[in-house]
Amino acid sequence: MIARLTDGLSGRALALLALLFAAALVAPLFAGDYLLTVLILIFYFAYTGQAWNIMMGFCGQLSLGHALYVGLGAYTAAGLFVHYGIGPWLGLLVAAPLAGLAGAFVGYLAFRFRVGGVYFAILTIAVAEFARVGFDHLAWVNGSSGLFLPVKRYSGNDLWLLRGQPVMFYYILLAATVAALIGCRALLTSRIGYFWLAIREDEEAARAAGIDTFRYKMLAVVISAAMTSFAGVIYAFYYNNLFPEQVFHISRSIEIILGPFVGGVGTLFGPILGAAVLTGLAETLTSTLAAIGVDIPGAKQVFYGVCLLAVIVGAPEGIWPWLAQRLGLKGRGS
Amino acid sequence: MPLSLYLNVAVVGILTGLVYGLMALGLSVIFGVVRVVNFAHGEMMTIAMYIAVTLFAAFHLDPLLMLVPIAAVMFAFGYLLQKGLINRFVTRPEHTQFLLLIAIAIIIVNVLLIVFGPDAKTVQVAYAFDSFQIGPLIVDATKAYAGLASIVVASGLFAFFRFTTIGTAIRACADNYTGALVVGLDVKHLYALTFGIGAACVGAAGVMLLLIVDVTPSLGPSYTLLAFVIVITGGLGSMPGALVGGVLIGLTEAMAGLLFTPSAKSMFSFAILVLVLLLRPQGIMGKRAA
Repeated sequence: MIARLTDGLSGRALALLALLFAAALVAPLFAGDYLLTVLILIFYFAYTGQAWNIMMGFCGQLSLGHALYVGLGAYTAAGLFVHYGIGPWLGLLVAAPLAGLAGAFVGYLAFRFRVGGVYFAILTIAVAEFARVGFDHLAWVNGSSGLFLPVKRYSGNDLWLLRGQPVMFYYILLAATVAALIGCRALLTSRIGYFWLAIREDEEAARAAGIDTFRYKMLAVVISAAMTSFAGVIYAFYYNNLFPEQVFHISRSIEIILGPFVGGVGTLFGPILGAAVLTGLAETLTSTLAAIGVDIPGAKQVFYGVCLLAVIVGAPEGIWPWLAQRLGLKGRGS
Repeated sequence: MPLSLYLNVAVVGILTGLVYGLMALGLSVIFGVVRVVNFAHGEMMTIAMYIAVTLFAAFHLDPLLMLVPIAAVMFAFGYLLQKGLINRFVTRPEHTQFLLLIAIAIIIVNVLLIVFGPDAKTVQVAYAFDSFQIGPLIVDATKAYAGLASIVVASGLFAFFRFTTIGTAIRACADNYTGALVVGLDVKHLYALTFGIGAACVGAAGVMLLLIVDVTPSLGPSYTLLAFVIVITGGLGSMPGALVGGVLIGLTEAMAGLLFTPSAKSMFSFAILVLVLLLRPQGIMGKRAA
């Protein structure tokens, strides 16, 4: 297993990964409060980007509605906690299958009836929007007036109930990102991964070669959705307030896909790099503007748009393939 | 509830639906010819709406009078966008094109937010509260004008594609890209014209819609989605389909608003979308894909 994971990776790549990981482990010791929240955001987007990448990057199915799975995860765990006092990890056991089921619903609708390309992308947006409006009217989660988790000043960190300080969320998201990276690498080097790549490259040919394309596309959606719901659980317990208008909004879905696109769709390290670069630059921009006393709502989003445009025009493969070559790390699936 | 109430709401739904149809027509024309999915469609509409709001605030110009000039400005915007940027992407993979237009959409929404702020803007025309009484029906003047103007613009567009040389040439590009190149058509120019026409359509629709709804920068994405729901319902690439889909969705929204709650009306449009994708993926008026 470990041999398969590291197979094809140069010693140099492994050393760099280890170095990065070590740096991430000690970062909270040196980071101030603000920097820590930025790092949390980076790992949040790295993780969700990695989950989204399974669908688009590996299997070639463009989802523009991943906010649906974030929202389902967030609302399920938060609802169970607020109403029944059920902790987030047990909540996740409900949330992940639920998100997987929602993914299966979207996938079934689309793949059964050969709904592909643009139709599929629109369907994913539409289902997420449907959920947004639906949750706006769902009394169990207080509808549009929002669901709030009880908060008080915490001295310690309760890992079981996820009640504590930002640094706890930082380590959870770091662990999740590393686990997602390893998991995706394992998937990509497995039989399933090769089938996905075959479907991505040429679905007709994959089917002709005997791959049950429906089944493997479904698998990609369900895994991706269930993974994404975990980010939702963390979102709920980190921010402590949920509004359908925010959680399910289409711009949340777009934010999730920005990192992988900038970093490199279909690469394993792209989503992480993309999240770090985009979030890092955007936060630098915001804090610089704040430092000179300018507060422009929307400036960050314009910046995201311009970055995306620049990447699409200048480096459509994303920046990671380019960087990997510069670093001498060229190799499949790195 | 009395029958006349249902009738009134139905008429309002149909008139609003005609404006929706015109908006979706722009999307359908662009997709039918250029084969690029305009993810910035609703955002382009909000640009036109803000131009109308600004002109009204500064010079008290009636939006309906400014319909043609604003559509012309939007035509130029669409033409330049296609010529300068999107033309380079027509042979690229589908998702790259989506992303390109999503990037443009994000920029439009947030530039509008920076310039005009997040508050809803509207125009107070003199006839805002006028209405016509036709038998048991009471129809708001604004909605009647908007619906009628949509029919006029859409008819003009149908005539353009049917009877003019340029319209025929554009249809030729849509039917057979290689063939159009072979007979010496300037496809890039025609693509730019088409995108301009699509932008002008949605611009005109936006100006009319301003009589019915207030504009905020965040209106864009929801109307992009609405336009998609309409064209997929009617048949992506079909011009009559866009109008039929628009009326159907407008009617559904109005009825859902009456029978349930107005804030949940979009759920019903999505339900229609899902039904169409299940039962007739090519749309009501669409041709079955080969």
